[in-house]
Amino acid sequence: MIEYRSIGKTFADGTEAVGDFSLVLPSRTTTVFVGSSGCGKTTLLRMVNRMVDPSRGQVLIDDVDIATRNRVELRRSIGYVMQNAGLLPHRKVIDNVATVLRLNGVGKKEARDRSYAVLETVGLDTSLATKYPSQLSGGQQQRVGVARGLVSDPNILLMDEPFGAVDPIVREELQTELLRLQRDLDKTIVFVTHDIDEAFLLGDQVVILKKGGEVAQVGSPADILAAPADDFVRSFVGIDKGSRTLHVEERDGVRVVVDGTGKATGVLESS
Amino acid sequence: MRWFENNTDKVVDLLLSHVWLSVVPIVLGFVIAVPIGWYANRHPRVRGVLLTMAGVLYTVPSLALFLILPSIIGTGFLDPLNVVVALTMYAVAIMARSASDAFGSVSPGVLDAATAAGFAPAGRAFQVELPLAGPVLVAGLRVVAVSTVSLVSVGALTGVNNLGSLFTEGYRTDNDAEILVGVIGIVALALVFDGLIVLAGRLLLPWSRSSRSTTRSPVSPIMSFAQHLRGGRV
Ligand SMILES: Nc1ncnc2c1ncn2[C@@H]1O[C@H](COP(=O)(O)OP(=O)(O)OP(=O)(O)O)[C@@H](O)[C@H]1O
Ligand SMILES: [Mg+2]
Repeated sequence: MIEYRSIGKTFADGTEAVGDFSLVLPSRTTTVFVGSSGCGKTTLLRMVNRMVDPSRGQVLIDDVDIATRNRVELRRSIGYVMQNAGLLPHRKVIDNVATVLRLNGVGKKEARDRSYAVLETVGLDTSLATKYPSQLSGGQQQRVGVARGLVSDPNILLMDEPFGAVDPIVREELQTELLRLQRDLDKTIVFVTHDIDEAFLLGDQVVILKKGGEVAQVGSPADILAAPADDFVRSFVGIDKGSRTLHVEERDGVRVVVDGTGKATGVLESS
Repeated sequence: MRWFENNTDKVVDLLLSHVWLSVVPIVLGFVIAVPIGWYANRHPRVRGVLLTMAGVLYTVPSLALFLILPSIIGTGFLDPLNVVVALTMYAVAIMARSASDAFGSVSPGVLDAATAAGFAPAGRAFQVELPLAGPVLVAGLRVVAVSTVSLVSVGALTGVNNLGSLFTEGYRTDNDAEILVGVIGIVALALVFDGLIVLAGRLLLPWSRSSRSTTRSPVSPIMSFAQHLRGGRV
């Protein structure tokens, strides 16, 4: 369990990125921070592995204040996946993945074997293992990034817009892959995105943020859709645009689901 | 080239001392300048001061430095150490700027990811920053190597023997062949050093050539050296 307790962050230059933020992220679930650019998502995420230290308040992991933990050790125990993968350009794919294990003191041979295994898990052809990151496509690099985040089997996985830089088709593939992985792995995932569809697809708990890390609404996707807290949420999740308000029309005895813009999105099956 | 055939032993001796007088400042300059450049890159204010100092040092003519040094470090006038120390100072002056640029060229995103993966600061510096700064460091080292090989010859004027001695002696005895051998020897030596550095770079940084993205193209050492001649050095 991760807990933010009255967190605030003011950067050295005076920017207040987060005002006063409290939240509990239950174990083995995916929590998604969603909001527009500059609202403090990355800042909140990076507080979990002490890449950013809060100016006020505490972050607790399993009831332990992480300010009391050595930051390098802490980071080694948490997976981190970022936009553009952030792979080390001077190390081969396999070594990029194995690096995390080596930092955790795993022997060379074991690190290699486990890295090959996790590359397969994330759906990468192992023939790519001996290539350098620059020889891979963006989507492949992102998979390596996910493999690197998972290889040491951390309890917590932090993902900062991991699929933000790949094209929509690859993004969908990667999202599906992540859902499948999470079914098997049961990690506590903190996921940052500014795409509400991605948030609803991946999140068990979705946190909609306004500027300064102010919470507009927290809840499951269904809860948020059923009862949007205010107009900001309503417009953010797109209820106003009509794509989320569906109704049924009958065509030749088949019930077709049509959205608010008049676009047919599917058929309703009788249960 | 009869002169060369009759004086091979002498030329080889001068070549060997030229090699030593160059290699030591090149290696020392690199080893000293890299940490300075690393530090300067992290501290923008220090960077300004350091690079200005290096620039000023670089405007002191080498011959003057060879002659002043003995009174500062207490060596004899003919001591080769004067040349080695002076050239090391020039090497540091050129290399510190390159090194600072080299560390500045490393992608902040990659460094961030390395930190997040759990690299401790020292581990990150040696295993991530240093290798990624490699291509620009190599470019800088090539300039230093060519410039040092050439500057060593000025040391001949202060009585420290090397291939440059063939100029002074050839000029005195009006022996064009001897001067020509000196020129060819120095140019060849510079090219060999440059080639070795490029080769070492390829072996140590195999990833930098497989890169799809265009890396910053290194300044040609010959061009930089031409600039440096125009600036009045030698
Ligand atoms: N190191 C820093 N120093 C000063 N200000 C910062 C720093 N990092 C972030 N900020 C500021 O804090 C605010 C929140 O930044 P943050 O990166 O958390 O936003 P974000 O929600 O992740 O945005 P994006 O979707 O663009 O990634 C922004 O106004 C940003 O400019
Ligand atoms: Mg961000």
